[in-house]
Amino acid sequence: MIQSIQHLGKITRGSFTKLGRGTIFLLHTLPGLINLLPRPRLLLNQLYSIGVLSFLIITISGLFVGMVLGLQGYNILSDFGAEETLGVMVAASLVRELGPVVSALLFAGRAGSALTAEIGLMKATEQLAGMEMMAVDPIKRIVSPRFLAGLLSMPLLAALFSMVGIIGGQIVGVGLLGVDDGAYWSQMQAKLDFQDDIVNGVIKSIVFGFVATWIALFEGYDCIPTSEGVSRATTRTVVNSAFSILGLDFILTALMFGDN
Amino acid sequence: MQQTSTQDTLVGLFVASGIAGLFFLALQVSNLSSFIEHDSYTVIARFENSGGLKVKSSVSAAGVKIGQVKAIYFDPKTYESVVEMNIDAQFNELPDDSTASIFTSGLLGEQYVSLVAGGSDEYLQDGSTIDITQSAIILEKVLGQYLFKSAEEKK
Repeated sequence: MIQSIQHLGKITRGSFTKLGRGTIFLLHTLPGLINLLPRPRLLLNQLYSIGVLSFLIITISGLFVGMVLGLQGYNILSDFGAEETLGVMVAASLVRELGPVVSALLFAGRAGSALTAEIGLMKATEQLAGMEMMAVDPIKRIVSPRFLAGLLSMPLLAALFSMVGIIGGQIVGVGLLGVDDGAYWSQMQAKLDFQDDIVNGVIKSIVFGFVATWIALFEGYDCIPTSEGVSRATTRTVVNSAFSILGLDFILTALMFGDN
Repeated sequence: MQQTSTQDTLVGLFVASGIAGLFFLALQVSNLSSFIEHDSYTVIARFENSGGLKVKSSVSAAGVKIGQVKAIYFDPKTYESVVEMNIDAQFNELPDDSTASIFTSGLLGEQYVSLVAGGSDEYLQDGSTIDITQSAIILEKVLGQYLFKSAEEKK
C-alpha cells in the first residue's frame, strides 16, 4: 500500500522535474537565437535538413488526404444534393484542422525523431562534452539553430499541406466526379474567412512547430547517453509530440472556434 | 562549395513554395481579396425580428451581393433589432426609400438582407437609416399560425 503511494509520488515528482528541466532548457535555447544573426549558415543547414527533407512527405500526404476528403465528402454531400459545397468542406477541414495537425504529426515523425536521435548520439559519443571543453556552448551551436528552423518550417509545411490538399480535392471532385469548377472555388471563397480560418490555422501550426521541436530537442539533450537511452528518447519524442499536438489542438480549437 | 550552393537553392525553393502556399490560401481560398478592394459606407436598418441573421451575412440587391452585415444589436428602448450594414462604395446610388427584407436562401440556407430600390431622388448615405423593413420569417411562427387556423376551420 505504502509502496504504491510511494511509486505514485515518484512518478509525479519525476514528471514535474522533467517539465522543469524542459523549461530551463527552453530558456537557455531562446537567448541562443540571437547568436544566429552573425552565423546564418547554421540556420540554413538546419532549414535544409528539417524543412526541405520533410517537403516530399508533407506534399504527397497532403495530396492524398485532399483526394480522400474529396471522395468521401462527395459521397455524403450528394445524398443531400449539396455537391457544390464540396470545396467548402475540403478547404475548411484542411485549413482549420487537418493541415496543421496532420503535418505536425508527420513533422514530429519525420524531423522530430531525427533531431532527437542526432542530438542523443552526439551526447552518447561525447561530442557535446567535447564542445564544452573547447568553450563552445552546445546549446547555442547545436540546439538553437535547430529550434528556429523547426519553428520556421512548420507553418510553411502546414500551408503547403493545405494548398496541395485543396488541389487534390479539386482533382477528385471536379476532375473525376463532375462537381462544377466555379462552384468549388467560389463557395470556398465565400465561406472561408481570412482572419478566422487562415490566420488561426497558421497560429495553430506555429504552436505545433514550437512544441514538436522543443520536445524533440529536449528529449535528445536529456537522454541517457547509451544506445538504449537514445532509442527510448526517440520513441518518447514521437509519443509525447503526438499527445501534445492533439491535446493542444483541442484547446486551440475551443479557443478559436468555440464561441460561434 | 558546390554542395552548399545546391543546398541554398533548395532551401530558397522550399521557403518560396511555403510562402506561395500561404498566399494561395489567403487569396484563392479565403475571402481576403473580396474586402480589401473597395471602400464601403454604413447603413442602418431596424427590424422587428432579425431571425437568424449573423454578422458577415451578405446584403444583396436584385440577387447580387453588394455588401455585408457589420453588426447586429438589440435596442432596449424600441425593442427592435438594429442591423448595421456595410455597402460597397461603388453602389452609392441606392434611393433612400429602399426597403430592406430578411430572406432565406433556399429552404434551409443562410439568411441575408435583400434591398429593393425605391423611387426617391435622394440617395442613401453613410449613417442613414432604411425606414421600411420586413422582418425575418420565422418558420415555427408560420407553421403555428397555419396549424391554429386549420384547427379553427374544423370547428
